[in-house]
Amino acid sequence: MNTLVVLESNRGVLHRLSKEAIVAAQGLGGEVSAIILGKDAESISSELSNVKLEEIIMVKNEYVSSYNADGYTEIISNIIKEESPKNIVLGHTYQTRDFAPRLSARLNIPFIPDLILCHEENFTKQVLNAKLNALIKCTSGQKILSFQSAAFNEENLILGQNKTRLLDIAIDSSIIRSNSEDPFQESAGDVDLESAEVLVSVGRGIEKEENIPLAFNLAELLTAEVSASRPVVDSGWLESFRQVGSSGNNVSPKLYFSLGVSGAIQHVVGMKGAKYILSINKDKEAPIFEIADYAAVGNVLEIIPKLIENLKDQ
Amino acid sequence: MKIAILIKQVPGTESSLSIKSDKNWIDESTTTFVMNPPDNFALEEALLIKEKLNKGEVVAVSMGPTRSQKVIREALAKGADRGIHIEEEDNYEKDPLSTSKVFASVLKEEKFDLIFTGLQSDDTGMGQTGVLIGELLNMSTATLVIETDCTETSIKVKRELESGWFQWLTLSLPASLSIQSGLNTPRYPSLKGIMGAKKKEINVISYNDLVGDAPMQKIETVSLPEASKQTEFIEGSSEEIAERLVDILKKEIKVI
Repeated sequence: MNTLVVLESNRGVLHRLSKEAIVAAQGLGGEVSAIILGKDAESISSELSNVKLEEIIMVKNEYVSSYNADGYTEIISNIIKEESPKNIVLGHTYQTRDFAPRLSARLNIPFIPDLILCHEENFTKQVLNAKLNALIKCTSGQKILSFQSAAFNEENLILGQNKTRLLDIAIDSSIIRSNSEDPFQESAGDVDLESAEVLVSVGRGIEKEENIPLAFNLAELLTAEVSASRPVVDSGWLESFRQVGSSGNNVSPKLYFSLGVSGAIQHVVGMKGAKYILSINKDKEAPIFEIADYAAVGNVLEIIPKLIENLKDQ
Repeated sequence: MKIAILIKQVPGTESSLSIKSDKNWIDESTTTFVMNPPDNFALEEALLIKEKLNKGEVVAVSMGPTRSQKVIREALAKGADRGIHIEEEDNYEKDPLSTSKVFASVLKEEKFDLIFTGLQSDDTGMGQTGVLIGELLNMSTATLVIETDCTETSIKVKRELESGWFQWLTLSLPASLSIQSGLNTPRYPSLKGIMGAKKKEINVISYNDLVGDAPMQKIETVSLPEASKQTEFIEGSSEEIAERLVDILKKEIKVI
């Protein structure tokens, strides 16, 4: 086995980033297999019935019917020892962040995370808040790789056949040192960011809570919803259901109009699918400008009042 | 409750970044450094737990060159009891696993109940040190922690999942937790705290005296990202920019 893709169930369906991880793995060449743990293993493997893979290993065990870091580490590391894949590939999800380092430490193989590109043995990752790209070289024969959202496109999945193998693995209950409750959602607002045509998104550049009404005034003139980056939500200036990014909403509006959003990776993964990105930021080097169609360099607090005035005159 | 808080000193978000001549990292002589912001939240959570239980010890641990002692002092001024500085010069040559093995060898003897780390560092952003150390020291682990409820024998944490979902998890101790930003409001050091910090102990250990493995991953070069889109830059006075924006909204994107 050249590459093993660790798949993830996203509340019963295959995680989008898992599909992208398969595309990444197919690009690495050689034989690619996948593994899925948990109660949804069968339905998830059937989602991939037309994808070219050597095999899909399905693992059933009462301790990993839903995600658990201890159980996942135990089972997946045992399978890696047995199959010795050169590459272990995952989507860079929150679940991956939680257990892939455990695999790395247990098996003594490096975990190269959150990659945006991979070409032969060269791996590219964003560093310093996405202001620079780093090219990483790896000296280990075996490695764990995770890929950032949209680094690969699921439309490029190579189709074909695969066989499935059901593994009944026994693990010792004493290795499970945590007890997890069912996942839950906190009260959502009545704002539907994911279907909004236009979003006015507020970042740290808005400076203080008293300036938030500027965004709402602009949004009203553009028939837009107001969204926010994480620092704004963390400061309590806007509600958490307005947050865009890896921990919030994934949006793809016609226009994403950002006000003083710097463009941290965690934010960008949630909005880079927008058709047009118009950004105002005082820092010409802000990472958001790399993905923007229009980059206005200046002070949001001076530009927006003038823009509102002009729009009212229209 | 004995808590280790791992703190990294990283380039500030406002700092200028210029690539050094051999291209494998930034020129640090022109960089301003700060406490890694996620670590600041982790430090605050550790101090809150100690205050709530009204006993225990918070130890601030940092690896890096001499300048890193600044963030240890900052943690001591906020209320950490003592510091450990693993002193080494070329920290960007090390990879997360080799670094974590060194941390683990230092932390092991101290028998911490909890190890806290920020979710990821603002420099290399590998986001794995806390979990690696947890595994190396046979501790339970959890990441993306946004709330904690700690008793003498276990800790209950709220984890952030994706897309607005959450989960409560009870972990046995010892545990290594990586803390998500925003779960609390980090305090500022008081004048008394700053004065008191000068008397607190920082144990300096040389990295070279510790047994470390060779790194298996290494940054070869850093470069400015290439823009993936044709970006139109709009510059000028606020009036000029606002005028151009109306034009774009009306004629090019056509949303008004």
